[in-house]
Amino acid sequence: MAIFVDENTKVLYQGLTGSQGRFYGLRNRDYGTQVVAGVNPKKAGTDVDGIPVYGSVAEAKAATGATVSCVFIPAPGVQAAVLEAAEAGLELVVVITEGVPAQDEAYFFNKVKRDFPGTRILGPNCPGIISPGKANIGITAGEIAKPGGPVGIVSRSGTLTYQALYELKLQNIGVTTCVGIGGDPVPGTSFIDCLEAFEADPETKAVMLIGEIGGSAEEEAAEFIKNHMTKPVSAYIAGVTAPPGKKMGHAGAIVSGGKGTAAAKMKALTDAGVKVGNNPTEAGELMVEIVKGL
Amino acid sequence: MDLLEYQGKQFFASFDIPVSPGEAVTTVEEAVAAADRIGYPVVVKAQVHVGGRGKAGGVKLASNTSEAREHAGNILGLDIKGHIVKIVWIESASDIAEEYYASFTLDRAAKKHLGMLSAQGGVEIEVVADENPDAIAKIWIDPVDGLTEEVARAWVLAANLNPAANDGAVDILLKLYRAYTEGDADLCEINPLILKPTGEVHALDAKVTLDGNAEFRHEGWEVYDATQVRDEREQAAHDKGLQYVGLEGSVGVIANGAGLAMSTVDIVNQVGGKPANFLDIGGGANAEVMAGALEVINNDPAVKAIFINIFGGITKGDEVANGIVTALGRVKIDSPIVIRIDGTNAEQGRAILAEHESDMLQSKSTMLEAAKAVVELAK
Repeated sequence: MAIFVDENTKVLYQGLTGSQGRFYGLRNRDYGTQVVAGVNPKKAGTDVDGIPVYGSVAEAKAATGATVSCVFIPAPGVQAAVLEAAEAGLELVVVITEGVPAQDEAYFFNKVKRDFPGTRILGPNCPGIISPGKANIGITAGEIAKPGGPVGIVSRSGTLTYQALYELKLQNIGVTTCVGIGGDPVPGTSFIDCLEAFEADPETKAVMLIGEIGGSAEEEAAEFIKNHMTKPVSAYIAGVTAPPGKKMGHAGAIVSGGKGTAAAKMKALTDAGVKVGNNPTEAGELMVEIVKGL
Repeated sequence: MDLLEYQGKQFFASFDIPVSPGEAVTTVEEAVAAADRIGYPVVVKAQVHVGGRGKAGGVKLASNTSEAREHAGNILGLDIKGHIVKIVWIESASDIAEEYYASFTLDRAAKKHLGMLSAQGGVEIEVVADENPDAIAKIWIDPVDGLTEEVARAWVLAANLNPAANDGAVDILLKLYRAYTEGDADLCEINPLILKPTGEVHALDAKVTLDGNAEFRHEGWEVYDATQVRDEREQAAHDKGLQYVGLEGSVGVIANGAGLAMSTVDIVNQVGGKPANFLDIGGGANAEVMAGALEVINNDPAVKAIFINIFGGITKGDEVANGIVTALGRVKIDSPIVIRIDGTNAEQGRAILAEHESDMLQSKSTMLEAAKAVVELAK
């Protein structure tokens, strides 16, 4: 099993007709993902390499049975795209786009939560989600992940996620699902959402968590792990030596007012029984030990 | 993007928040002329992106032309915690009956907007929060509901301001919330928010951070960008569109992805080195971006060795290696480079680099080995 998406998941792409959407949409299809539709009101009735394009999310859903959307719309149009997908009743909206204004994120997160509780948002500014061997939705290179299990991965960072997938593959360790929640201030899906799903997934036996400075999501995750997780967790936090007050690439990665430091996050996780590595390789090695002991 | 006080006040004024009339100037002569026009007494205020300017002598009251000249002369060029004052704001002095605090920001844990209001203003809010947390009235606002007048009034009552300030405070808070949301700010703070003896409520200071991601829907934000404080390296990187943060050490860092770049800075520290910078070249590391990044790093005189750390995902290792080789053909680099390429097609990438290896260019297969090698070279 996997969490959130698998081989039966049908995906539509908002922005499939753009250069990024087309590139990754076709790449995801090549991986084996059921890429069933694109949406573009100006190009309804056309197709992208055989994938039909519809005028709205509702039409695309009605015609294809898609339950998940992957959003490659430029930042100014993301709010409208997410709300359209939620109104159409999709279960999961994966927003790859970076540079979305924080006010928009705060608005559509709360709007969807209140009016469309059946819809989960992942991202914005995330690499997407991959259940190796089953479905790859987003920009992760599928070949760096080994299908199967027993490890689930949840991460705020793109390249560090790839690093983790790759190191586990080199150690011949498979991954059930890898979720990139993104580095923005209002992520639609939290660490806790993913930890909860991994805890409930029988094929996931251990979880790797990759965090970074800023906010308090890792501390909240640690609290959840302490109280609700039976499965072992390893973790890595990037930005131990980041200077305060500077945004380290991601909009959400900032230590401000002495809050959101890597040290505080590492301590909270360690106190919750998580094995915390000092660098990505060490976190990978810790996971190898955990898997050997399962 | 942090605004200077006078920019924040102009931003507030565009949402009808009452602020003192004033002028921003860069020379003593302009300061005197502005003060004469505004009418005495005036306050001469240093415009810097750092707190604590009052204690540093950066805020002075002037009652006449000669005092305005004296204060402007002292404040312009003043070094406040490493920030040199280049602009002063001259504003009409206000009579103050009471000082309050008001702000809006995003509470990332609650995923709602957080409003804070306190009758104890004019001091750092962190100090109030530590010593007397009950003195801060907080509300969490769902962005879908916004801030209604009814909620704002209840909030103001909860803060126990002087009753004479209540109506004015409600009015300003509603406008400040609009400035925060419609103006796309990450932070809007008024400290102090003052009650004048005449009963008016007024923003005596302005601290505003704008969300750079929203620049596409606001005109005129370039002027704010122009007054951001960046060192030469940061300015050069900014001009090339690179995500760069200047640090104090001697190991130049280039990586793809924010997380990996942070991680690279960390690992250099862990093996006993000091990174000169954080630089994320993003997912698609082509030759042009790599050349630009190398140029920025190379122009930093503190850099003694360079660490390029790439994980090939979408961008394959061989493409990255070719990009680096092409970039090295374009930019003459003075410091030795250690490259670590891993991930998709890493073997091919390393094979390409192997043909170019020398004292000035070496390739390592893991982050840790590469970090140790580059730190050794930087010694």
